[in-house]
Amino acid sequence: MQDIQEVQEWVATVPATEFETNGSNAVLVNGKQIAIYYFADTQEWYATDNECPHQKQQALSRGIIGSEGDEPKVACPFHKKSFSLKTGQCLSGEDYKVNTYPVKVEDGVVYLGI
Amino acid sequence: MSEKKKIIVVGNGMTGYKFCEKFIEKGLNNIYSITVFGEEPWAAYDRVHLTDYYTGTDVHDLKMAPRAWYEENGIELRTSYKITSINREAKQVINVHGDAFDYDALVLATGSSAFVPPIPGVDKKGVFVYRTIEDLDAIKAYIPQAKSAAVIGGGLLGLEAAKAVMDDGLKTSVVEFAPRLMPRQLDEAGGEMLKSELEKLDLDILLNKATKNICGNGKVTNMQFADDSTLDTDMVVISAGIRPRDELARESGLTVGERGGILVSDDMLTSDPNIYAIGECALAQGAIWGLVAPCYDMADVCAETLLGKEAAFTGADLSTKLKLIGIEVASFGDAFGVTEGAIPIVYHNIVSGIYKKIYVSADGQYLLGGILVGDAEDYNMLYQTYNSKIKLPKNPEGLIIKGTDGGFELSVLDLPDEAVICSCENVTKKSLIEAVDEFDFTQVSQLKKATKAGTGCGGCVPMLDDLLTAKLEASGKVVKKVICEHFDYTRQELFDLIKVGEIKSFSALLEKYGKGKGCEICKPLSASLLASIWNEHITEHANIQDTNDRFLANIQKGGTYSVVPRIPGGEITPDKLIVIGQVAKKYDLYTKITGGQRVDLFGARVDQLPDIWKELIDAGMESGHAYGKSLRTVKSCVGSAWCRYGQQDSVSFAIKVEERYKGLRSPHKLKGGVSGCIRECAEARGKDFGIIATDKGYNLLVCGNGGANPKHALLFATDVDEETCIKYLDRFLMYYIKTATPLTRTSKWLEQLDGGIEYLKEVVIEDSLGIAAQLEEDMQQTVNTFACEWKKVIESPELLKKFKPFANTEAVDDTIQFVPMREMKKPANWG
Ligand code: SRM
Ligand SMILES: Cc1cc2nc3c(=O)[nH]c(=O)nc-3n(C[C@H](O)[C@H](O)[C@H](O)COP(=O)(O)OP(=O)(O)OC[C@H]3O[C@@H](n4cnc5c(N)ncnc54)[C@H](O)[C@@H]3O)c2cc1C
Ligand code: SF4
Ligand code: FES
Repeated sequence: MQDIQEVQEWVATVPATEFETNGSNAVLVNGKQIAIYYFADTQEWYATDNECPHQKQQALSRGIIGSEGDEPKVACPFHKKSFSLKTGQCLSGEDYKVNTYPVKVEDGVVYLGI
Repeated sequence: MSEKKKIIVVGNGMTGYKFCEKFIEKGLNNIYSITVFGEEPWAAYDRVHLTDYYTGTDVHDLKMAPRAWYEENGIELRTSYKITSINREAKQVINVHGDAFDYDALVLATGSSAFVPPIPGVDKKGVFVYRTIEDLDAIKAYIPQAKSAAVIGGGLLGLEAAKAVMDDGLKTSVVEFAPRLMPRQLDEAGGEMLKSELEKLDLDILLNKATKNICGNGKVTNMQFADDSTLDTDMVVISAGIRPRDELARESGLTVGERGGILVSDDMLTSDPNIYAIGECALAQGAIWGLVAPCYDMADVCAETLLGKEAAFTGADLSTKLKLIGIEVASFGDAFGVTEGAIPIVYHNIVSGIYKKIYVSADGQYLLGGILVGDAEDYNMLYQTYNSKIKLPKNPEGLIIKGTDGGFELSVLDLPDEAVICSCENVTKKSLIEAVDEFDFTQVSQLKKATKAGTGCGGCVPMLDDLLTAKLEASGKVVKKVICEHFDYTRQELFDLIKVGEIKSFSALLEKYGKGKGCEICKPLSASLLASIWNEHITEHANIQDTNDRFLANIQKGGTYSVVPRIPGGEITPDKLIVIGQVAKKYDLYTKITGGQRVDLFGARVDQLPDIWKELIDAGMESGHAYGKSLRTVKSCVGSAWCRYGQQDSVSFAIKVEERYKGLRSPHKLKGGVSGCIRECAEARGKDFGIIATDKGYNLLVCGNGGANPKHALLFATDVDEETCIKYLDRFLMYYIKTATPLTRTSKWLEQLDGGIEYLKEVVIEDSLGIAAQLEEDMQQTVNTFACEWKKVIESPELLKKFKPFANTEAVDDTIQFVPMREMKKPANWG
């Protein structure tokens, strides 16, 4: 899992079992859409804004997750631009960036650091 | 730090950018700091591929490098920043507000602008040029109010612009002053051939036309020519050549050429020892160079000179290949045979629209140059033969006429080491080979990234592919198209591995045969393989599917989805039609009759999809698989049931065929058509399989395509009955599913199949491989296990959960926005 950045607040979402395995879901936190990614095979969790910076679509939770080299990533379903789940940096050669958030699982519940 | 000298670059076009790249590459950044001023709002972009932007490529995809690249390399880039004067004494450049910036060395890379001839009326609304992103935006914005367009200029760029606006649906004319098209590259016969080919595409070509007047009250309505003829047109695109932007240089007293261009010596210095000029604004070797390769060369020379090294620009070869889709045109070397004693060899085929002419030296030893129209496949090799002065065989006609005795089969590996394969980036065969050897490259993309070859105009990419393949083959390595970085296998191999190893999930496949975490390429591909091998419900693998297959609907702008119920053969009862209408009304969906004889309902939120489908399924409908790589429609005409010409009952047969193959997962989508007679109202010849009734039965045709590269289907079997037709189709489709690479339609697959249609007939009809029974059995198995995917979803609480927009609340996505359109609606614009 990524370094725990400075977290203002840990928001409980839902039990880990509610999440797509080796996939992603969106959650709504304080009116904002956030995408949570779950690599079940390696027990890694990541989170980013759901909005793709390319055409501002609420879409990343509907993309396919995977890796490029060692970097875990998601590819937007609209135009297949990829984003690192660790840094939020676009990996398709453009200067887009999405916000990332820390995720932790406690007592089976998934928490998001906002 | 602050002791570094300052370089200022004016102009952030392709050349200005290339200079920045050389600046970093050659370590000039150790001596100089650098600031770049660009007048356009964007960081440098690939102007050569500007037409891609016109046809939909994103601005970002055209960028030479992202802004972050400039930042990381310490290059200060200021865009939307026009420099308006140079104070050579103070060594400063100044902008419109009077802000001044000091330089030690100044590099002018101001490029050129479109040349607008002084014709009365060029300032009218509806007159455009074709040079920048803004120009193209302006054209795009004007198109909806235009029905016709005229392009002034029948050269390389004019034809590119004409093709673009024509593809936008305008009746387009090209107006050329000279007596032939591309007068600088083609001879009379070549120009004539190009003209007749372009006319077949519905492009109107007017030659010998000098435009006298662009008329209209405020906006363009017609043009008048010197011969007093006129042409009605709603817009005019001027592409009559370029004018170097030398205004800064001129006003500050630098020497400029009589006909424009900043005069430079071979080391790129202008008449001021601290000022350089490179690219299209420079008058180098007595000429303005309007192609990227020489411009890049100048950027390189300029960087070398600044390093204190000896370097010189000595001119360049103006060989070109036109990027027009559909018709290939190229000219290279001494294209007009002006060399003394040059011997022409011509191949001229009016029927197939091919004209090739080459010139061979008087002693028959060397290729001097040539012209290719209609078929420029051999351009790269011919160019190399000319450029590397390769000795010709006894019968040089083999160069352009295939299959002649003494045919000349030159491989890339036969070229001399110093042969320049990529002239834009000046990459030699030697450096490509070295890169392949050093890094063990297996893919062209790796080679491009490492050497930059193929990143300019892109013309040499097929050669890079050949070189890599030849190189790998020569070193005994099997050349295969692996899927992606996660699997070292081809699709075919993965198919076998899954089947033999009884692998049932992507995780298992990855663990056993792959590495990393997978990606958007190998995941959907595996999903399609798993689905076609185990014939499972597609949602079993929802997390490795593209969004369309994950939600069993097509995603649209704004993030809503579309719903397309199956309407086999296009036949529908009034009751079902009423239900479709009611559902659309209830959920406020945009409805449209599709090109595939059915109805598409657009604008459904993901959480609404199951409810909508439930209503449709309750009324007896099924998924139309509009989202899947699977059978779409079998289009039919009304046929003998009603039509006075009908020879067979095409609707009944189309329904039968569509019912049989519905839901069949395949490498790409599949479409069929059944026509009741030779008049072909179902357009079956444009489909992956087409069935056309005869008085004795049906003719079966295969591997047609509409879409991007239309192809007529080829006759496969004649006068067969329904049963035989289905038998052949079973075998044909299964064979395609098993052997095609992903996202390859049948027409392309056939092109790649050794032996072509004749071989396919042997396999399918004569069973030359002895697999026909197996193919039929596999198909029957798939047919037997068909179930409507949407029916399964609405009956399964587990699957229904996947259509919940948020994991932690029942809320719906309220960011989706629509705007009214006619009596319905459409999604609000992007971002
Ligand atoms: C709805 C429809 C246009 C319409 O309003 O009529 C349509 C809409 C789309 N077509 Fe099409 N095509 C539609 C008929 C066609 C036809 C005409 C036909 O089938 O007779 C063609 C040319 C025939 C052919 O395929 O050979 C056609 C050639 C394409 C292609 C190019 C395929 C090719 O091989 O070149 C694509 C892109 C692709 O598949 O990769 C495409 C892709 C698309 C996509 C899926 C683009 C996308 O990924 O979003 C569009 C989805 C719309 C949506 O959200 O529902 N569509 N498309 C038509 C649906 C037919 C149906 O009932 O299923
Ligand atoms: C549609 C199209 C297709 C083409 N196709 C091909 C092809 O297939 N093959 C090929 O080899 N070539 C092709 N070309 C030509 C190629 O694009 C040019 O040779 C190349 O772009 C020249 O680069 P440049 O940097 O010298 O000039 P430009 O790309 O024109 O860049 C100059 C930049 O400087 C800026 N500038 C000018 N003055 C100032 C100022 N005072 N202050 C600040 N900024 C300033 C301009 O705004 C511009 O951004 C094509 C061109 C077009 C338009
Ligand atoms: S419906 Fe087809 S032709 Fe029309 S815009 Fe979409 S993909 Fe292009
Ligand atoms: S909207 Fe995400 S890639 Fe275009």
